[in-house]
Amino acid sequence: MAKPKLKEHRINREWCKGCGICVHFCPKSVLELDEMDKVVAARPEDCICCKLCELRCPDLAIEIITAEKE
Amino acid sequence: MAIKDYIRERFFPHLWCPGCGHGIVMNGMLHAIEKLGMSRNEIVMVSGIGCSSRISCYVDFHTLHTIHGRALAFATGVKLGLPELNVIVPMGDGDALAIGGNHFIHAARRNIDITAIVMNNRVYGMTGGQFSPLSGYGTKATTAPYKNIDHDFDIAQLAMAAGASFVARTTAYHVKQMTDIIRKAILHEGFSVVEILTQCPTYFGRKNKLGDAAEMMEWFKDFTTPIGSKAKKENDDLIERGIFVQKEIPEYCEEYDKIIEHAMKGS
Repeated sequence: MAKPKLKEHRINREWCKGCGICVHFCPKSVLELDEMDKVVAARPEDCICCKLCELRCPDLAIEIITAEKE
Repeated sequence: MAIKDYIRERFFPHLWCPGCGHGIVMNGMLHAIEKLGMSRNEIVMVSGIGCSSRISCYVDFHTLHTIHGRALAFATGVKLGLPELNVIVPMGDGDALAIGGNHFIHAARRNIDITAIVMNNRVYGMTGGQFSPLSGYGTKATTAPYKNIDHDFDIAQLAMAAGASFVARTTAYHVKQMTDIIRKAILHEGFSVVEILTQCPTYFGRKNKLGDAAEMMEWFKDFTTPIGSKAKKENDDLIERGIFVQKEIPEYCEEYDKIIEHAMKGS
């Protein structure tokens, strides 16, 4: 199976409450909270598309959009 | 269907506190339903009262938001009337086991095909952090400022003793296991109980100095273990997670139909 390639972190800033669960558990430290306490993908190039942030978000505020590698 | 197609976006952001485990349970449940490829019209969600019961407002299934502790009674009526639908009942620990304790054991005993998801955050969050029957000895709560002297009980063991034919436990940290267990519980024909340990950082976490939501989830990682693991044999304090029971026994609606058929022969 082709390895998934990251297209974007789709973040809904209106729904994010800044709990920091995704930031804490990201295995590659891709995510950070900004000055507004909303999640941002600070190092998207390190993302391995494990989608644990998406699965653990209590607010359904983050989605990993992938493009299958050729 | 995508996850977003199963929710009522107009009610978002939801009312749960930042870091509340109930949102993770909703997320995991939606992923399980998406994997099953079910349509919104095949599912009925019946809930009672409490933070956890708010789930029924946010999902776009047939939903009934009923009275405290009695969700399983309403759900029993729905299932008997429309047995072709999948009935899911999300409950909190207090809703399911204090206010609704009697409904819980008898629904389990009848083995009616309902999926009961018990979100155990060990506190009454919505009403201000009072201790629940699952808080446990020695914990603190708004109504137990010195310490709680009530002992808790084991939801999985209670459900098994009451006769539930599917009993499992997982946590808000173990999201992949959670999705898998909820999927199996929905597919199971009979009364399924899924206990999910969830964090309440606002009350249980703050009163018991357990840190923020992520730290409470770290606790779930460190203090739970797969059923029958070597770690459990070495440390009995660890909480087991996984599927405890999965057995086929006569289901209530099917048995009821047989009684109707039998009785009609006589007329």
